[in-house]
Amino acid sequence: MVVFSRNPVHAVLWLILAFLSAAGLFVIQGAEFIAMLLIIVYVGAVAVLFLFVVMMLDVDFATLKAGMARYIPLGLLIGVVFLLILGLEFTEWSSSAIAPEQRQAIQPSEVQNTVALGNVIYTEYVFLFQIAGLILLVAMIGAIVLTHRKREGVKKQDIVAQIYRDSDSAVTLEDVPSGKGLS
Amino acid sequence: MIGLEHYLIVAAVLFVTGVFGIFLNRKNVIIILISIELILLAVNINLVSFSVYLQDLVGQVFAMFVLTVAAAEAAIGLAILVCFFRNRKSISVDDVSILRG
Repeated sequence: MVVFSRNPVHAVLWLILAFLSAAGLFVIQGAEFIAMLLIIVYVGAVAVLFLFVVMMLDVDFATLKAGMARYIPLGLLIGVVFLLILGLEFTEWSSSAIAPEQRQAIQPSEVQNTVALGNVIYTEYVFLFQIAGLILLVAMIGAIVLTHRKREGVKKQDIVAQIYRDSDSAVTLEDVPSGKGLS
Repeated sequence: MIGLEHYLIVAAVLFVTGVFGIFLNRKNVIIILISIELILLAVNINLVSFSVYLQDLVGQVFAMFVLTVAAAEAAIGLAILVCFFRNRKSISVDDVSILRG
């Protein structure tokens, strides 16, 4: 549905449905924190961003759809091959015997998922956490810089011009004759 | 009982859907971005499934970082898209090759 939709708005709505379903799956699995994160970040932010852009850009999507039917056989072929490869993984598969010993952060059974995740993130993976924050900062600055544009006729504060203004250009001395005012 | 394999199958179907979407809509940049989001979601489902299966929290931590990077990538991609649309009045992939580099 996501990829077949004729209208991109519908595609984004189907994407939201997919993310909500995935969040439900995470709740079933017992990973509540990731599920809530998925709902907040994706349904709350990314999907709204997509909807905003789709509606803001007034694009003629009919022309973009032209020639789509040509790629269906190739896409189907690649999809089937991928599914076969991924399906082969599931036929003969078992966890390694040494896997339980190699766990880095064993999930404790006495506390909730969110508490356990917080204990791990802020101790062992605090540098990765900081780097993730840095990535988000860079993304935010990049998005602002990319979409910001200078418009004519907008009155804005020019700090450099204010600082470099001196008394020579700002103040003029006038010799006022007596009995008359300045025009 | 829902086992690990079922989650992996869901993730595989989502992944293939994303790849299929990229191949199908190779002109519309928005759909390509949505497909990339689908692929990353499939990766996240795999990570969380194995994390729960092995009772190991690292998978969920990693899924969180994948989520972060995906959000940043979506924001940057859409910003580039808006910028490009302002200049070209089109979002077709075929029009991107105007740099003649």
